[in-house]
Amino acid sequence: MDKKTPLVDMRDIHISFGGIRAVDHVSVDLYPGEVVGLLGHNGAGKSTLIKILSGAYAADGGEIYINGEKATINNPRDARSYNIETIYQTLALADNLDAASNLFLGRELVTGLGTVDDDAMEAEARKIMGRLNPNFKKFAEPVSALSGGQRQSVAIARAVYFNAKILIMDEPTAALGPHETQMVSELIQQLKAEGIGIFLISHDIHDVMELCDRASVMKNGKLVGTVDVKDVTDDDLLGMIILGKRPGEDTPVV
Amino acid sequence: MQNQAKNLIDKLGIDARLLGMIGALVVIWVVFGYFTGGRFLSPRNFFNVSVQTASVAVMATGMVFVIVTRNIDLSVGSMLGFIGMTVAALQVQVLPDVLGLGHGMIWIIAAVAAILMGAILGAFQGWIIGYLTVPAFIVTLGGFLIYRGAMWWVTQGQTQAPLDPTFRLLGGGAEGTLGETLSWAFGVFAAVAAVGLMLLSRRRKSAHGFAIKPVWAEAALMVIAAGLILCFVWIMNSYPIPKGAMRRIAAAEGIELTDGLVWYHGVAIPVLILLVVTVGMTIVAQRTRFGRYIYATGGNPEAAELSGINTRMLTVKVFALMGALTGIASIIASARLNAVDVGLGTLDELRVIAAAVIGGTALSGGFGTIYGAVIGALIMQSLQSGMASVGVDAPLQNIVVGFVLVFAVWVDIVYRRRAGI
Repeated sequence: MDKKTPLVDMRDIHISFGGIRAVDHVSVDLYPGEVVGLLGHNGAGKSTLIKILSGAYAADGGEIYINGEKATINNPRDARSYNIETIYQTLALADNLDAASNLFLGRELVTGLGTVDDDAMEAEARKIMGRLNPNFKKFAEPVSALSGGQRQSVAIARAVYFNAKILIMDEPTAALGPHETQMVSELIQQLKAEGIGIFLISHDIHDVMELCDRASVMKNGKLVGTVDVKDVTDDDLLGMIILGKRPGEDTPVV
Repeated sequence: MQNQAKNLIDKLGIDARLLGMIGALVVIWVVFGYFTGGRFLSPRNFFNVSVQTASVAVMATGMVFVIVTRNIDLSVGSMLGFIGMTVAALQVQVLPDVLGLGHGMIWIIAAVAAILMGAILGAFQGWIIGYLTVPAFIVTLGGFLIYRGAMWWVTQGQTQAPLDPTFRLLGGGAEGTLGETLSWAFGVFAAVAAVGLMLLSRRRKSAHGFAIKPVWAEAALMVIAAGLILCFVWIMNSYPIPKGAMRRIAAAEGIELTDGLVWYHGVAIPVLILLVVTVGMTIVAQRTRFGRYIYATGGNPEAAELSGINTRMLTVKVFALMGALTGIASIIASARLNAVDVGLGTLDELRVIAAAVIGGTALSGGFGTIYGAVIGALIMQSLQSGMASVGVDAPLQNIVVGFVLVFAVWVDIVYRRRAGI
């Protein structure tokens, strides 16, 4: 795997907010068909790092390479043009609109006259939802009327529909029940098999041990280290998160 | 019984809120009809109410977008006055000297100037709100004071009159209507278009295999829609033009009047403008990306930005559109009065906001319909005209309208809670 060109290579990324170094010269990478977990406490900088990749924030410095080529990502539109899709922790849905309108938000299907084609979008939404969550039936209601799991599947459908090559999932199972969590796990396996690279942000060590190939741990805005999940134990990861120590080393890196 | 009624409404697929508003309107009309011995339900009164509603209703359609995006515009009344005074001065003092009195281009230049001026003022306010992030309440409160003051400076407070004769037609009156034949033609065209659009939508839905309404429900809706349009035209075509105005028109056009001859008003031009604006704004709201982004931004601004929507530019566009519509409303209001004094448009911002809110636009953003705002404006105007015609004096009128506004919003809140949205 190491011989190939990484799908995403973020080098030496840094950003500050009002003097606080939210992300402090961090480098991470991601290969096709790989799931990389991003771990750390609240405020460790993992969400900020990932929002730089998804275009929500512009980095103060550092470089992003997509498939080995230098990429310029200044806004969410740029990120989408590199086939980077993001599922935010807040799901980023407009509650007053229906599932199809949310799925296509910013990328509406239009008719020959240039008007939005709601019927075509609903038909497409029905197709993809039939694949992801066959029980989903509420296409006419605004998404505020949906359950947490149903909202999650709308957010996931939005990322999957547009042929994401790089998928960012920010706490995808935080608000879900066991059944729905299982659904998301299966989906991650399926997407991985299709060669999509996934950054998975999580608090949950068990999620990471189960789903990820590698894990990058952040603390206080800095990268503690990146490890192969199969080489480490739960406790090793905990030590990295809490103490900032790499496995087998005595002194904290951060 | 109640269940049957609910079932029927479900089958027909009509919005319950729309039915409620139409119900309120009918109640107002019937009550005032009773207390005025039927005078309130005469073609003459319906004609007058329709013309008086036009200016506020045109602005209310724009206010829906402003409020849906979680903003407010307090400046529209003053802006209407400022635009009205500027354009009046243009056609009274400037253009006649340049082009000659009564030149055919005067009304076109004046109308275009009004709309452009509104769009520019609105865009500027929108830029301050979107890019400099000053709250809309403050920016438009500033505009409210500035435009009213600027209006005075245009002519040092002098009333401008009379306006260009062609321009005046845009405000209604005996001459400013489509006339009988054109009104019928317009009615038939609108009815055919409404039925055609419903058929088209039905065919598209069934082509995608979606659930469609039963044939009888669809047919009933088509009959109702076409019937309402033609009924409206029929009422407008039943209001005879008074003898004095007939003689004036006949003299102007060189027609010989005979004793038995009666002419009827037909649909007033400002009402035609309102209908065109309503249809246009509804298309923008429901069928364009711009409209979709307005509602998405109102529902969740953060989600809209993360979806790549430029919400700042959107704010500029929404306020520019509001300004352009204020320009149109200003044309109607000044043309109807055939004069502009420094009081033109006073309190209109509150009427416009009230119309949008009575029509179901939520101040928390994300929800609101164009037709709702237009019906809201019609409800307010009906109340006010009705009270005036039974001799309620002005201060009490304001008190009643105030109570109705608060009551309507409370009903809307209860409805939303029940409906779970």
